[in-house]
Amino acid sequence: MKPVSESELSEMIVAAEGPFRVVGGDTRPVGRVVDGDVLSTAQMSGVVDYEPGALTLVAQAGTPVSEIKRRLAAEGQRLPFEPMDHRGLLGTSGEPTIGGVVAANVSGPRRVQAGACRDFLLGVRFVDGMGRVLKNGGRVMKNVTGYDLVKLMAGSRGTLGVLTEVSFKVLPTPPSRAVLLIEGLDDTRAVAAMTRALGSPFEVTGAAHMPVGMDGDPVTMIRIEGFTDSVEYRVGRLRDLLSEFGAITVETDPERTAAGWRWVRDVEAFHERAGDVWRYSVKPSDGPALGEALREMGAVAVLYDWGGGLVWALTPQGADMRPAGLRGHATLVRASEETRARLPVFHPEPLAIQKISQGLRDRFDPKGILNPGLMG
Amino acid sequence: MQMPEPDAQLMARKPELVTRLREVLPDDAVIFEEAETRAYECDALTAYRCPPLAAVLPSNTEEVAAVLRICHEMGVPVVPRGAGTSLAGGSLPTADSLILGVARMNEVLDVDYDNRSIRVQTGRTNLSVSGAVEEEEFFYAPDPSSQLACAIAGNIAMNSGGAHCLKYGVTTNNLLGVTMVTMQGDVIEIGGAHLDAAGYDLLGLICGSEGQLGVVTEATLRILRKPEGARPVLMGYDSNEVAGQVVSDIIKAGVLPVAIEFMDRPCIRATEAFAGAGYPDCEALLIVEVEGSDAEIDEQLGVILQIARKHNPVELRESGSAEESAKIWLGRKSAFGAMGQINDYMCLDGTIPVSQLPYVLRRIGEMSKEYGLDVGNVFHAGDGNMHPLILFDANKPGDLELCEAFGADILRLCVEVGGCLTGEHGVGIEKRDLMVDQFAPDDLEIQMAVKDVFDPAWLLNPAKVFPLEASAERRAA
Ligand SMILES: Cc1cc2nc3c(=O)[nH]c(=O)nc-3n(C[C@H](O)[C@H](O)[C@H](O)COP(=O)(O)OP(=O)(O)OC[C@H]3O[C@@H](n4cnc5c(N)ncnc54)[C@H](O)[C@@H]3O)c2cc1C
Repeated sequence: MKPVSESELSEMIVAAEGPFRVVGGDTRPVGRVVDGDVLSTAQMSGVVDYEPGALTLVAQAGTPVSEIKRRLAAEGQRLPFEPMDHRGLLGTSGEPTIGGVVAANVSGPRRVQAGACRDFLLGVRFVDGMGRVLKNGGRVMKNVTGYDLVKLMAGSRGTLGVLTEVSFKVLPTPPSRAVLLIEGLDDTRAVAAMTRALGSPFEVTGAAHMPVGMDGDPVTMIRIEGFTDSVEYRVGRLRDLLSEFGAITVETDPERTAAGWRWVRDVEAFHERAGDVWRYSVKPSDGPALGEALREMGAVAVLYDWGGGLVWALTPQGADMRPAGLRGHATLVRASEETRARLPVFHPEPLAIQKISQGLRDRFDPKGILNPGLMG
Repeated sequence: MQMPEPDAQLMARKPELVTRLREVLPDDAVIFEEAETRAYECDALTAYRCPPLAAVLPSNTEEVAAVLRICHEMGVPVVPRGAGTSLAGGSLPTADSLILGVARMNEVLDVDYDNRSIRVQTGRTNLSVSGAVEEEEFFYAPDPSSQLACAIAGNIAMNSGGAHCLKYGVTTNNLLGVTMVTMQGDVIEIGGAHLDAAGYDLLGLICGSEGQLGVVTEATLRILRKPEGARPVLMGYDSNEVAGQVVSDIIKAGVLPVAIEFMDRPCIRATEAFAGAGYPDCEALLIVEVEGSDAEIDEQLGVILQIARKHNPVELRESGSAEESAKIWLGRKSAFGAMGQINDYMCLDGTIPVSQLPYVLRRIGEMSKEYGLDVGNVFHAGDGNMHPLILFDANKPGDLELCEAFGADILRLCVEVGGCLTGEHGVGIEKRDLMVDQFAPDDLEIQMAVKDVFDPAWLLNPAKVFPLEASAERRAA
């Protein structure tokens, strides 16, 4: 089903008997498999309002991310949270939608400095499981009127409602960027280097470490963005600050730096390689020990983003890769349907939180028809 | 502003309540003598006062849980309180309620520079969080003007902002984790030093929930390394339209200042008389501040000044020293005090789309004449968060009501042009009855359903946020 409007969507949900599998571009099928009629937001598409001088953009949920990026680029602006494109990693095709980005709270390397999708989301409209058309937040940057259901909807993966419209704070794209590259560090040293950079006043907007880089050797990447003189200044200061970690090369070519961070953002190192993919969110200083534990459990490859706080692992198929005593949480991003039915895709919640999550689902979707079981 | 009738039966059980509270808390942490409960009769919305049945000052999470279990069992409403600086009446008690104050819980539990986070008990004041990490040149970014007094507890409950949130975001963008006690007395942990939440974003939901979903006892906050320096410029224009255009042009040019503050003529005049900061007598004044090394600041200010000049400023003042910077900020920082010097005032904080600024200021001016009350505007222009200050005389019968009616009209105007009722102060009791102007009944219903999940008996701060009529059935059940 492909409703063209909020009201049509509402009617469909009111009339529904069976469950729905809610999708935008269906490029991020993460979570337990849902057996239901496909309900796509793709026909509710288009930028509704864009005010470059106010840094705000409102779009229908089905709007392709590519269209939004194009509109923003024409004004020298961007989505600051650098949403990942999951197609390569998950082997999906189709057109990622902005609603899908919000539903999965998808962010990228810049999350470490700028914030996540949820931090830039100003407002939502959605239809809940009873067909009620609801709104929360708005299109202004500061808004504490009532509860923040905007955050709740970000990352709720279509289990609390079907998003129909989303509004964002956007930011100017800085004219200049540079990436400092350090080769040959082990994981612990790499996280130490990234920690030093992120704890400096030089506004690092990306810090990633690949134990096996593009050319096979370990590479640590640190990104600076801004006005040209400022970038040059900060590169100089960071070179000094990080000198003890080894030789530093600096890449400033726009194409090459963009390609490098796309490689990190989309986890390209795992594309077209067999195995499950797990994603961990941890305290950055816990990253290296987690990486080590994962390798001992059989992980084939591990990479670090967010200064060590985001760990990706390519692992043997079907294995439960949640190490005992993990602080933070793990998500099984890619695995067979069988594995996803057997292992919890999202990190198991303590009982008190489980009760709250279930309570919220019961209020937003009492009939249990929106992506039932996807998140638990 | 109406408050629900207190429950006489509950009030009659005060001795029992006090006895039970003293079983789980040290004697000096239970306050029940009438002379002493008066200290908790209001917050910074001082027009409304009511001493609570009793107040408690627990010193850790376990004590908070024990208190809540007792109140849950006895059906006593609980009003959480930080420092009591809410401008919305968020921590105003009712006569049958218990004030649960976290002021004694002010310890730093862990400072972790490597992971750029700090863990504190929530009674700690905002400024002293930055104070705890100052020696390593770190800071906690959200900086409400009340930061010397207000507590992290209140900041989280109200999702407070500050002058620098254009660049650094508000509380919710700098909060990594909390320990929270539910009304039933369950202790739950949400988030931690890692960046994104597992499952639903309950952290985001709790932040800004005005003490209605649980009592937050500990928090993990993001800390940042201080920038190398900061420098403001001051610009004066002879029309609000032009000043608004300057703001929009600066933003479009790709510069992201940490702050863009705006003052209109009534406010400039009042602060000049009060603080003598040497501001020009003009229609609209902007203070724009940028950060970085000296060279970086020069580069950004270069762009900003070029834009500023294009619009024919009546004054353009760059700061050449720390003293000059302080002087530029002096008037802005004394604005509330200056207005308070003239008269009693009510401070609103509706937000509007930046493009609507000139229209909204013009309308406020017209309404000011209609109501016969003066109003000054000082606000965070970069993000459209207005702070109209309406002057009134509390001793003049009817003036408060007139002022409230004027305020309500301004807030309705904010909603009408695509904005909202409150950008950082919260709804509390102050904007409770205006919620119907921003939200349809179903939008309110789903929010109340969220409270049902956390607090089915509606005992936590029940008379706030939602219009009393809308929440009546739930509160009575
Ligand atoms: C002069 C002045 C200037 C101000 N400037 C700003 C500003 O620039 N920006 C801004 O955003 N605000 C500002 N404020 C408003 C106020 O300071 C903030 O709302 C602040 O966060 C309130 O903190 P508090 O500790 O005083 O909270 P309180 O007033 O004690 O309580 C506020 C709310 O939080 C709830 N609460 C308190 N503790 C807890 C807890 N442990 N768990 C759950 N809920 C709890 C209360 O029930 C209440 O609803 C200003 C106020 C004044 C008086």
